[in-house]
Amino acid sequence: MIEVSGLTKQFDVRTVLNCLNLSIDTGEIFGLLGPNGAGKTTTIRLLTMLTKPSGGIIRINGLSFEKNEQQIKSLLGIVPQHLNLDIELTARENLELHGRLHGIPTAERNRRITELLEFVELTDRSGDMVQTFSGGMKRRLMIARALLHRPKVLFLDEPTVGLDPQVRRRIWELVRHLASEGMTVLLTTHYIEEAQALCQRVAIIDKGHLIALDTPQTLCQGLGEYVVDWEENEQRHNKFFPNRVDAASYSASLTTTVIIRRSNLEDVFVELTGRKVVER
Amino acid sequence: MISHIWTVVWRDWMVLKRRLGRYILSRMVSPIFYLVAFGWGLGRNMTMTHGSYLDFIVPGIIALNSMNISFNAVGTPVNMSRLYHKTLEEYLLAPISAISYVIGKILSGILRGIISSAVIVVLATIFGAKLSLNGWFIVTLILNCAIFAALGLVAALYMNSHEEMSNFNIYILTPMSFLCATFFLPNQLPGLLHWIIEILPLTQASYALRQTSTSGGFPETALGIMIIYFVGLVWIGTRKMKQLQD
Ligand SMILES: Nc1ncnc2c1ncn2[C@@H]1O[C@H](COP(=O)(O)OP(=O)(O)OP(=O)(O)O)[C@@H](O)[C@H]1O
Ligand SMILES: [Mg+2]
Repeated sequence: MIEVSGLTKQFDVRTVLNCLNLSIDTGEIFGLLGPNGAGKTTTIRLLTMLTKPSGGIIRINGLSFEKNEQQIKSLLGIVPQHLNLDIELTARENLELHGRLHGIPTAERNRRITELLEFVELTDRSGDMVQTFSGGMKRRLMIARALLHRPKVLFLDEPTVGLDPQVRRRIWELVRHLASEGMTVLLTTHYIEEAQALCQRVAIIDKGHLIALDTPQTLCQGLGEYVVDWEENEQRHNKFFPNRVDAASYSASLTTTVIIRRSNLEDVFVELTGRKVVER
Repeated sequence: MISHIWTVVWRDWMVLKRRLGRYILSRMVSPIFYLVAFGWGLGRNMTMTHGSYLDFIVPGIIALNSMNISFNAVGTPVNMSRLYHKTLEEYLLAPISAISYVIGKILSGILRGIISSAVIVVLATIFGAKLSLNGWFIVTLILNCAIFAALGLVAALYMNSHEEMSNFNIYILTPMSFLCATFFLPNQLPGLLHWIIEILPLTQASYALRQTSTSGGFPETALGIMIIYFVGLVWIGTRKMKQLQD
C-alpha cells in the first residue's frame, strides 16, 4: 500500500531523514518509533505531501505523487501531532467542513458525522465551539475527522497523547477493527506498549536513520527474550538472555534483589536508541 | 470545483454569520470619522469642479475602505491559519485544487468588502452625499474588493510572521489609502510620483467609482487595468498555494 524508497529530507544543510526504505502492506498496522526529533513527523508529512522530499520515491496504492495528487489525497486520513482544528467553528462544523472538502454527499455526511461524534463521545458537545474543548476532546475530534471520508490509509501521529486510559483503549480497538477491514495504518507513538499492543511491525528511527524494522516479537528475540533487572549503587542495570534458564543462573550469581521478566519493545527501544547516544 | 469554492466560502460565512451584527457595527466606526472630519469638518465650505467635497471623497472612502477590509478579511486569517493555527493544512490535505481555495477566499473577502461598503453608502447618504449607485459602480467595487482580497491572500502565503503582515499594511496599504485619488487628485503631485500612483489599482478604482457614481458611464481604462492586477494576483496566489510545502 505504501512504498517508500530512498526517501530523504534536508532542511537547509541538516539531514532530517536519510534514505528511508519502507514497504507497508494493505491492512497492516505499522508503528514508527523513535526519540524526539528522530524524524517521525517529518516522515508522515512527506507521505502526506505537506513536506517536499529532497530525494526518493513515494508510492501509495501504486500511485506516485507527481501525477495523482488529488487521487492520493482522497485516500489519506491524517491525525497530526499538533492540534489543527478550526477553533472558530463548532465540533460539528469542523467535521462538516472536512466532509465537504472530501465531497461526501450531504445525507451520508450527516449520518457519518452523527455516528463518529457518538463514537468519540462528543455528541453532547457537538454544537460547542472547539475553542472551549479540552485537549483530549480536541484530539478525539481530530480522530473522528480523519475517519470521516473513510480513508484507505490512516496516518496517526501520536494519536493518543493526553487521552485517558479508557478512551485510549477504545481507540486501539477501533484501529484494530479498521485494519481488519483493510485500512492501512501508520502510527507514531511514544507509548511503547501502544505499539506493542497494536502494530504488526515497527520501525525504529533515530536521527533520521532507520535502525530496526521487524515485528515486535522478533525485535525482542533479537535482544534476548528474558531480562534480568537489578539495582546496584543506586543505578539500574539489565542484561538480556535468550532463555529463562540462562537468566535464572545469571541472577543467582548476583547478590542484590533481581527481577526476571520477558523483554518488551521498550527494552528494544532503549537499547537501540540509548546506546547510539552514548557511542556518538 | 464550484462545490469546493463554495465550501471555502461556506466556512467563512459560518464564522461571519455568528457575529454579523457586531461586524456591521464595527464597520461603521472609521467611516463615520472620515465623513465627519473630511466631509463636515474640512469639506463644508470646499467645492470641487463637480459638486461638494463630500461628494468627491465618498467614492474615495469607499475605495480605500473596501481595499482595507477585503485585504485584511483574507490576509490576517489566512496568515494565522498557515503559521499558527495550522488549519490551512486541512485544505492542503484535501483533494481540492489550489485555485478553488484561492477563489473561495477571494469571494469571502469580497463579501466582507461589500458589506462594509454598503454601510458607508448608507452613512454617506445620511451625511447628505449625492451618490448614484448603478451597475458599473457595483462592478468596479466588486473588482476592487477582489483585487485586494487576492493581494491579502498572496501576502498571507508569502509573509512569514504576523509582524511582516502588519508591515505590509503599514508600507503598502496605508500610503495607498491616502495617495490613490481618494482625498485629492494625484495630478497635483510631482511627475514621477504622479505616474507611479496613476498605475496603482486603488487609484483606478477611485477614478472609476467617482466617474460611475457621478456621471455614470463605463470606466473602461480603469476596469482594464484592474482586471490585469486581479488576474496577475490570482495567478501568483494559486502558484504559491500549489508549492506550499516545507
Ligand atoms: N520545518 C522545519 N524546518 C526545519 N527543521 C525542521 C522542520 N520540521 C522538522 N524539522 C527538524 O526535523 C527533525 C525531525 O523532526 P520531527 O518533527 O520529524 O521529529 P519527531 O520524530 O516527530 O519528534 P517528536 O517525537 O518530538 O514528535 C528535528 O530536528 C526538527 O528540528
Ligand atoms: Mg513528531
